[in-house]
Amino acid sequence: MSSLSQRPADAVVGQAIPHESATLHVTGAALYTDDLVGRTAGVLHAWPVQSPHARATVTALRVEAAYDVGGVVRVLTAADVPGLNDAGVKGDEPLFPDEACYVGQAVCWVLGETLEAARVGAAAVEVDYAPLPAIITVREAIAADAFQGGQPTLARGDVESGLAAATTVFAGEIDIAGQEHFYLETHASIALVDEAGQVFVQSSTQHPSETQSIVAQVLARPSNAVTVQCLRMGGGFGGKEMQPHGLAAVAALGATLTGRPVRIRLNRTQDMTMTGKRHGFHAQWRVGFDADARLVALDATLTSDGGWSLDLSEPVLARALCHIDNAYWIPDVRVNGRIARTNKTSQTAFRGFGGPQGMLVIEDILGRCAPLLGIDPAELRRRNFYVEGQATPYGQRVRHPERLVHAWDDLAARADLGRRREEVAVFNAEHPHAKRGLAITPVKFGISFNFTTFNQAGALVHVYTDGSVLINHGGTEMGQGLHTKMLQVAATRLGLPLERVRLAPTRTDKVPNTSATAASSGADLNGGAVKHACEQITGRLAEVAASGLGIDPSQVTFADGLVAGGGDSLTWEQVVALAYAQRVQLWASGFYRTEGLQWDSTAMQGSPFKYFAYGVAACEVEVDGFTGAYRTLRVDIVHDVGDSLSPLVDIGQIEGGFVQGAGWLTLEDLRWDESDGPTRGRLATQSASTYKLPSLSEMPEVFTVSLLEHAHEDGVVYGSKAVGEPPLMLAFSVREALRQAAAAFGPDGCAVHLATPATPEAVWWAIESARSQPVEASLPHRAEAAGVTIDSGDPSAQDEHEPDQPEPDAPPIAPESEQLADSGSPR
Amino acid sequence: MSRITVIVDGVSYTDEVEPRTLLVHYLRETVGKTGTVVGCDTSNCGACTVHLDGTSVKSCNVLAVQADGHEVTTIEGLSENGELHPVQKAFHECHALQCGYCTPGMIMQACDVLKNNPNPSEQEIREGLEGNLCRCTGYHNIVKAVQQAAGELSSQAVSS
Repeated sequence: MSSLSQRPADAVVGQAIPHESATLHVTGAALYTDDLVGRTAGVLHAWPVQSPHARATVTALRVEAAYDVGGVVRVLTAADVPGLNDAGVKGDEPLFPDEACYVGQAVCWVLGETLEAARVGAAAVEVDYAPLPAIITVREAIAADAFQGGQPTLARGDVESGLAAATTVFAGEIDIAGQEHFYLETHASIALVDEAGQVFVQSSTQHPSETQSIVAQVLARPSNAVTVQCLRMGGGFGGKEMQPHGLAAVAALGATLTGRPVRIRLNRTQDMTMTGKRHGFHAQWRVGFDADARLVALDATLTSDGGWSLDLSEPVLARALCHIDNAYWIPDVRVNGRIARTNKTSQTAFRGFGGPQGMLVIEDILGRCAPLLGIDPAELRRRNFYVEGQATPYGQRVRHPERLVHAWDDLAARADLGRRREEVAVFNAEHPHAKRGLAITPVKFGISFNFTTFNQAGALVHVYTDGSVLINHGGTEMGQGLHTKMLQVAATRLGLPLERVRLAPTRTDKVPNTSATAASSGADLNGGAVKHACEQITGRLAEVAASGLGIDPSQVTFADGLVAGGGDSLTWEQVVALAYAQRVQLWASGFYRTEGLQWDSTAMQGSPFKYFAYGVAACEVEVDGFTGAYRTLRVDIVHDVGDSLSPLVDIGQIEGGFVQGAGWLTLEDLRWDESDGPTRGRLATQSASTYKLPSLSEMPEVFTVSLLEHAHEDGVVYGSKAVGEPPLMLAFSVREALRQAAAAFGPDGCAVHLATPATPEAVWWAIESARSQPVEASLPHRAEAAGVTIDSGDPSAQDEHEPDQPEPDAPPIAPESEQLADSGSPR
Repeated sequence: MSRITVIVDGVSYTDEVEPRTLLVHYLRETVGKTGTVVGCDTSNCGACTVHLDGTSVKSCNVLAVQADGHEVTTIEGLSENGELHPVQKAFHECHALQCGYCTPGMIMQACDVLKNNPNPSEQEIREGLEGNLCRCTGYHNIVKAVQQAAGELSSQAVSS
């Protein structure tokens, strides 16, 4: 066992404690960025002038009329930018654009004494546009060959001979929906400039260091002249990983030009129409099975809907390709990826970061094809699991595949699946107008940033002379409980009660050069850094105590506020006082980098992940045959978090992740105006009144979550595993249960295609498809009903779903395109 | 401008407000009650829920002038003498919050549900909170917290 993962007895980590800010939250005292407005004197408010066109050249911008509006202080345009007029790291995100690339894009900003003055001022700005042809859907982009960024291929073996040797080859397509983050706190930033010109930005950001870097880039100031602080976020989910930067930069620009604090807080409509979302995907696939229904080959082309700029689309795509296997061994694989350039918001990180979309492709294939193979879908999944010794298509050995089997079997027993399957069959036989489905699906999710460089973190731990401890680390708190876990890590390593340790807000002038709090990696990385800092302190204090106790420093232990050894002990406070008197340093900075990672993003090969997180979910639904409306009757989950750092927090993440995933897959229906009318490209679902979020009415009637036992993860802080993203994909079980329930309206063994999101309407169409299938249909007809073709084996016959292959000169994902903004010239 | 007098968390405030000012903006920007937050702007999410004369309202859906002469209780006025209200305590203990942004509204609505129905079934709790959205928790612990608070409140009622 590594010293990093070794956990002392009675540790503070592992205790089921509430969120560290819970008292502040339940009393309304917790501060979010926009709550600071009333505590800041002389704040100016910002309002954007938004493009009504999906694509148009800005031919003239006349701002004079805005200054005639009472209370308008300043209009910010491209001419005001002293540095780079770009909000991204790739040079393709003009902050004040001369070509509007989507409906809602800000072309300039108005600052006012009040929000109302800024709003009226923005309405007074005159913009002349020359509209240009716009691409809205992924399929339009594919037809127009409109792509951006790298077009990577992940391959192993020889997919053509793999398919040729397969007993059965199916082909099909799927359109995967995007998703709005709908963090309850919209984007917000407040920027101030101090007497020495230091820019201070309070921002609701998951990536303060990159926000700092972009603000500096726009202002043409060095990073040391910009400080970014994030108190906490009212939800992030990836939506605040890159999207806050431009908003923070506008606020900072306004503050430097006016000398007054500037606040930007997007209202919900602005947030939904201006900021990026989960990427929708389109996938074409061919899959081969052997006579035992084992996967033998997969050929797929995934096209993500990148929106108007690259943003994080390349790494999102890379993660999608790396997760198309989910939990299954597929010997011969070829997966091509490409990013459509569409005139929409710049789609971005969202919990799972492409992983869910990649995994959905294989889960959809298995769900659709199981009836065509004549096998139970649960058995089909279970039969194809990885076993020890096998590697992923990108060449990483799958560690602990047996854990997935344990979780699967444990869940089957806990949820009594055998008996319930029989009950579902009985129910379905007795009810012609209502059907139930019971599905079980696995999750295997790689943990670490794909891009190795980002897998580093820093921390700062101060011990004051009274023995109290203050910690800082590079991660941000968005509700996921990272700060709670970091307090537990520090208390454990210092051997102190939790109350002795306090945590200060995340700031770039405390811990620099941090990675985004993303990729589920916050606790792994920052926990390692906090522990490292604490170990330096206990190392020094052990020497002090050893001389006091007359023993060797290696014999000194830290527990329960006592520093002990040789049968004697001193209090923590006594040792701290001794150390200070002896001029021993009482604080330390910690650093952590994940060992053992390597990744070639051009070749799409390597071992990018520290480990895999596993989980299994079983879901039972009941579907109404008249309307497609459904209820989720019961959900059971067994999930692997290693040795939990904080069980209440982890179970909360699992429950919340599952529900968010179920929202993506069943409710949340982003609609863009795809017509040729004047509002082409407009987001039609601009608020919670038209965009359906999971509410209490869709909660499963029974919902149980268990943590996988005996799950210690060697080499990770206190034996734990990351938990942020993996549970989202447990919601595949809902979709598959709906598919099975819809299919139950048709003849035995009928296969159905289910659209995403599987809204009641989509389920109703799946039911219709099932009902219309004749009882004794041939296999090709049954497949066709599910949108699947069966490969004839004739290589000259072009299949309609044949995956597009990249042009020979298609660009790879180049490592430099993943670099941080200030470590290379923008491409 | 209209002059209004509103009691907020036990303190009387008299202010000039624009007639179209929403109660939530009055509370946040004029009175300084930032514990009440704005989530969706369209009265779907309930993050801004407060009590108007003891009954829950979404304060983004009420004009400040409608509160003239009335009493408003926000999340900041719920605890008494530094003691958390049983619903606050239950949300804390049951980890019924993550990012915390929906929490004030969720607690204010839960109080209203329990006032009208001190012993709600799980189904009644779900229906009572249906107008409040949470993007983090998946609601499971929120329901558990309201159940725990109901138990605490009814045992208080028995003992008093």
